[in-house]
Amino acid sequence: MYGRKVKLRFFFVFLILTILSLSIFLILKSLEENVVYFKSPTEIKILSEINNNKIRIGGMVKENSILIEEKKLKFVVTDFKNEINVVYSGVIPNLFAEGKGVVAEGFLKDRSFFSATKILAKHDENYMPPEVKKALEEK
Amino acid sequence: MASLVGYYSLLSGFFCSFLIIYFSIINFNDTKILDKRILSFTFFQFFFVVISFFGLIISFVVSDFSNETVFNHSHTTKPLFYKISGTWGNHEGSLLLWLLVLTLFIYLFLLKSVEQKKSYRILTLLFQEIIIIGFFVFLIKTSNPFNYITPIPKEGLGLNPILQDPALAIHPPVLYLGYVGSSIIFSSALAGVTLNYISKDWAKHIKNWVFISWIFLTLGILLGSIWAYYELGWGGFWFWDPVENVSLMPWLSLTTLLHCILVLEKRNILNSWAIILSITTFALSMCGTFLVRSGILNSVHTFANDPERGLFILIFLFILIFLSFFVFFFFHKNENKTLINLNWVSKETAILINNWFMMYFLIVVLIGTVYPIFLEVITSEKISVGPPFFHKLIIPFLIPFLIFMAIGPQLKWIKSNLKNKLYLILFLIISFILTVLIVKNLSINFFTNTILLTAAFFLFFITIRDFFKKKFNNLSQNIAHFGFSLLILSILFNNIFSNEIITNLKIGETFVSDKFKISFKDINQKDEQNYKAIIGKFEVIDSKGSNLIMSPELRIYNQPNIVTSEADIKTNLLTDKFMTMNFVQNQEYFNIRYQIKPFMVWIWISVILICFGGLISLFKKKYEN
Repeated sequence: MYGRKVKLRFFFVFLILTILSLSIFLILKSLEENVVYFKSPTEIKILSEINNNKIRIGGMVKENSILIEEKKLKFVVTDFKNEINVVYSGVIPNLFAEGKGVVAEGFLKDRSFFSATKILAKHDENYMPPEVKKALEEK
Repeated sequence: MASLVGYYSLLSGFFCSFLIIYFSIINFNDTKILDKRILSFTFFQFFFVVISFFGLIISFVVSDFSNETVFNHSHTTKPLFYKISGTWGNHEGSLLLWLLVLTLFIYLFLLKSVEQKKSYRILTLLFQEIIIIGFFVFLIKTSNPFNYITPIPKEGLGLNPILQDPALAIHPPVLYLGYVGSSIIFSSALAGVTLNYISKDWAKHIKNWVFISWIFLTLGILLGSIWAYYELGWGGFWFWDPVENVSLMPWLSLTTLLHCILVLEKRNILNSWAIILSITTFALSMCGTFLVRSGILNSVHTFANDPERGLFILIFLFILIFLSFFVFFFFHKNENKTLINLNWVSKETAILINNWFMMYFLIVVLIGTVYPIFLEVITSEKISVGPPFFHKLIIPFLIPFLIFMAIGPQLKWIKSNLKNKLYLILFLIISFILTVLIVKNLSINFFTNTILLTAAFFLFFITIRDFFKKKFNNLSQNIAHFGFSLLILSILFNNIFSNEIITNLKIGETFVSDKFKISFKDINQKDEQNYKAIIGKFEVIDSKGSNLIMSPELRIYNQPNIVTSEADIKTNLLTDKFMTMNFVQNQEYFNIRYQIKPFMVWIWISVILICFGGLISLFKKKYEN
């Protein structure tokens, strides 16, 4: 019915469309799985359920809350409304200090306890992650 | 004074644009040869921007704090070298540098394209001037580097200390040479479309520009990566951070274009594809500038931000994209070339397949980078996309990509066959056996690592074979592909064999694990020109009993008051030993990180090899001519 060349063309178009949709599907699927949400201590307080996904929390390091041991670092993150206890072992960035903004990545154990796997470095003493700024403005 | 000269020089340069456009339009249908005045004014425009740039440098050198840019980013105690590099270490200065390279490149383009048609040269110039005018307006209106402040402050605010670094001093100029080089490709592609000139000849002419921008872009990314490795103290070289991704995207697109141009030059096919890639590369370069400068990226290194600037670049970007679409759809004639015979087994098919793989990588990086922005705008949910996303989506496709990269160069143009290609299978088997021998004793994911390493080794051996077989034929391609295989191998081995210890120690304490013993001996203080250094002394004893003194450093800068850590890195050909020290405010403990990073130096070497491949191609062409 159709010539060979036309058939070949159809085949090509079909192939490209399949590959395209497949790769888009793949990308969106793994995006869903690998996205890290950001929460403030207040948002965590009102969380309906606690799952095992990695999240980021952000706020200020509460004054006089840093406690350091050989293996562990403990501190409290606050957005001046609610607080959350954080325990961490790993690299501590230089700008990590009491009264300064912080973003920590890790897992939520319960609504007031967070086990961090990473503390994000920031390059500027005045720099505040946009999330922290927003969380603080909302208070 | 220098600021004043700089400012008026900048305005004069802006004015030149209109003269150039005026004379170009008059000249377009006029005579056979290019009007001398056009060339002169293009030179003057470049000259004025140079004066303006020097004006800014001098203001920085003499610490003229009546200039707002200098006040915001400099300090009298800063070493001279960083006063100068501070000129482009900030938003205003870096844009002036963009403009400088833009005007330089179009002038060079006019000089280097004498044998080309006049109409093509003028049209390229016109398109380029549109970009140049956009940048002039942007600079003068939203980010004038020569703003006054009164009363004149006594002291400046200083440059962010992590930017006070030799690698980062040259990183922006090199990267910009790559970014801006793509603007010439963009303009000339649009001119070519308008004149229906996208052909073998065009490919031959623009190839040099593609290679030059590609080399600079590659080097620029490498410098940034090296800097991140030793300065940020994370011990890695790539973090899939948005700011890194926006430089990777134009690179992927430009690399694709580079291969596509070769096909166009040889076979006169893929014309539309080359145009689309030229436009994409430049759009992505602009996007890079936009995303980094607008501050909408939630990145660990967002330096300057101002929403108004972001909006301007965004509008400008849309105008350019709209313009290029307009030109593409109205002027581009896809001559019916009696259905191109693309044979399944041929070099061009292999290149095309890898073109598509690279486009896929590009889409992955693009989505991973911009998705968080969209989601925040739409749902105000704040998210970030981390390395696992990119690894999961890119690594599986790297395997066929590597294999095609090895096979492609073995094929002939137009039509090839698979006879006498038994050695390919042989090499695949050898690579597989070698990989299994390496991987089997390690406690890592056997399946993925084996396949990935096999593919990388396959490319590695095939390229080595080609060095002997083909001698100097296609040397540039061979070196670049060899470099790439080396890069992938080094990254993989680096990943597999890395070792790290993180602990908190007080002075005098010792950390003991089954592999290392790290003793914190003491600390010393030293005063430098604009910072105070605290140097730790550590003794590291490994399981074999050899000991090593490491002395990482903390720097407390005076202005701005920032603490940075300088890693102590002991490099040799096989492995890097890397130690950083951080301190926590008001605590006796220091946070110590000690890493063993094998083959680190080979990652840098392989990227340099890749660039070198491009460089050879440039010179080879000269030699042949």
